Amino acid sequence: MKQFQYLRAATQQSTLDAISKPGTKIIAGGTNLIDLMKRGVTAPDKLVDITHLPLKNITPTKSGLHIGALALNSTVSENGIVVQKFPLLSMALKAGASPQLRNMATVGGNMMQRTRCSYFYDTTMPCNKREPGTGCGAMGGLNRMHAIFGTRDKCIAVHPSDMCVGLAALDATVIIAGKKGERRIPFTEFHRLPGEHPDVDNTLAKDEMIIGVDIPDNNFAKNSYYLKVRDRQSYAFALVSVAAGLDISNGTIRQARLAMGGVAHKPWRLFEAEKFLVGKAVSEDSFKQAAQIAMQGAKAYEYNAFKLKLAPATITEALKHASGLV
Amino acid sequence: MENKNAHSKPESELEEKDNSRRNFLKQSAFITAVALTPAPAVKAAAMHLDEKIAEAFEKVPVKLEVNGVMHNLSVEPRATLLDILREQIDLTGTKKGCDHGQCGACTVHVDGHRVNSCLTLGVMASGKKITTIEGLAKGEELHPMQEAFLKHDGFQCGYCTPGQIMSAVACIREGHANSETEIREYMSGNICRCGAYPNIVNAIQEVKSGGQIV
Ligand SMILES: Cc1cc2nc3c(=O)[nH]c(=O)nc-3n(C[C@H](O)[C@H](O)[C@H](O)COP(=O)(O)OP(=O)(O)OC[C@H]3O[C@@H](n4cnc5c(N)ncnc54)[C@H](O)[C@@H]3O)c2cc1C
Ligand code: FES
Ligand code: FES
Repeated sequence: MKQFQYLRAATQQSTLDAISKPGTKIIAGGTNLIDLMKRGVTAPDKLVDITHLPLKNITPTKSGLHIGALALNSTVSENGIVVQKFPLLSMALKAGASPQLRNMATVGGNMMQRTRCSYFYDTTMPCNKREPGTGCGAMGGLNRMHAIFGTRDKCIAVHPSDMCVGLAALDATVIIAGKKGERRIPFTEFHRLPGEHPDVDNTLAKDEMIIGVDIPDNNFAKNSYYLKVRDRQSYAFALVSVAAGLDISNGTIRQARLAMGGVAHKPWRLFEAEKFLVGKAVSEDSFKQAAQIAMQGAKAYEYNAFKLKLAPATITEALKHASGLV
Repeated sequence: MENKNAHSKPESELEEKDNSRRNFLKQSAFITAVALTPAPAVKAAAMHLDEKIAEAFEKVPVKLEVNGVMHNLSVEPRATLLDILREQIDLTGTKKGCDHGQCGACTVHVDGHRVNSCLTLGVMASGKKITTIEGLAKGEELHPMQEAFLKHDGFQCGYCTPGQIMSAVACIREGHANSETEIREYMSGNICRCGAYPNIVNAIQEVKSGGQIV
């Protein structure tokens, strides 16, 4: 690992001052950044340790819950209010990484984690995300783990987070601090598609930091499910995952929330399928139809065509679990 | 079809070109490399920041309490807790398997919580209490989990074992050892190449049902 300067930030303002300088990166849990630094995928000159900032709080608000950017993945997943009111988030977090890693990983770091595409990780391979202009190794390579939605020829990597799939489904808002103050954006607009700039994962500016997320109250707690399909039963990234939340009254769906992981460069909200489900009776048949709608526009590559079948099956199964059909 | 998933423009390019280090040093007020100090001292340090950070670029002072013993060390910021434990403090019980968070061989407790020491910077653990496999036994008396691993053959080659045991103790303390399924899920961060899993689960179940305080 390249030598770097270590700075321990005492305040949010000092963090913002520091990250506005080139070559400087925030470090939180370190579980993604240190890994990437050891491999030479990234090599910052300065690290700003933000773990002493007061951003660990999980606090009820008038209309929901606020979670600080430094709250640990393990703490959030076991928090009483999260478990009771937003079980989908708890389930998504517990499906990710390992207990040790969740004890280190933070909410902000989880959102900012980079893709696990092996061409991104291997510095001898071309990768437009790591080194713009070098090409995409995965496009004609081993692309079993890769995206089926929103791809462009420049990049077919997926965003690897489970937590983010849960937060996308839960209509969360991201709170961002910058030199000019705070701004808030919908979670679904935080991450971006590769387009012409696959090196840019999200809409956070270089001189901004995440300070927390807000989740609005909802009626999905009773009928929520996070289903993650992977190569082994635990401690593996998703091939496909689905976060499903349903608001059901007398067997009729009043509202639905659906998001998928492992299929796109960002957590993939299934807006059209959600709309379809409103007013439908709880039944395997309507779930299957919703899954078909969700798959419109999907496009597979040489080794990930199995996702075209796995994804709708996972959506259907997640909805069955969420609704209590299984 | 309306697609709110469509990408928005990046607000800024990712990395700018590097600037001179001197320039950075001048401008980064209110941050100190050695800030386990109260706020007034931090502000005072900020006024002499050039020197402080220049120092920090080479080595930083790190205080670690490992298994009850205080160590005042001087380390490079890039040194991981794992490497410091093994190479500076000579506690080689904690193992390096993958060095990338993928195997759990390096599991230690920091302030009572299990973490992967291979992805922890030593400097970020400064001021914290570390427990390694060497710190579990009380003198000659093995920790109940160590006894149980011996009794149930919870290992073959033994390379993953220190990490397994540190994780197993945490698993019980966290309250995640209530069934075989739960144990398997909450021990999934520890890979055993020899496949001693069934025996590891048995060892944990025995300690759990024995009701001893771990
Ligand atoms: C072996 C392994 C398996 C894993 N499996 C899974 C899995 O199955 N599912 C899953 O979802 N994840 C998984 N992960 C990833 C893990 O969840 C992330 O590494 C973790 O969430 C990152 O959080 P962190 O606090 O450690 O971030 P860091 O490593 O500290 O930082 C990551 C990035 O975020 C930036 N950053 C951190 N905080 C902020 C902030 N507040 N504002 C702005 N930028 C910030 C940093 O600059 C850095 O670029 C796995 C990781 C490993 C090593
Ligand atoms: S050595 Fe740390 S997880 Fe493998
Ligand atoms: S005992 Fe050999 S790796 Fe676990």
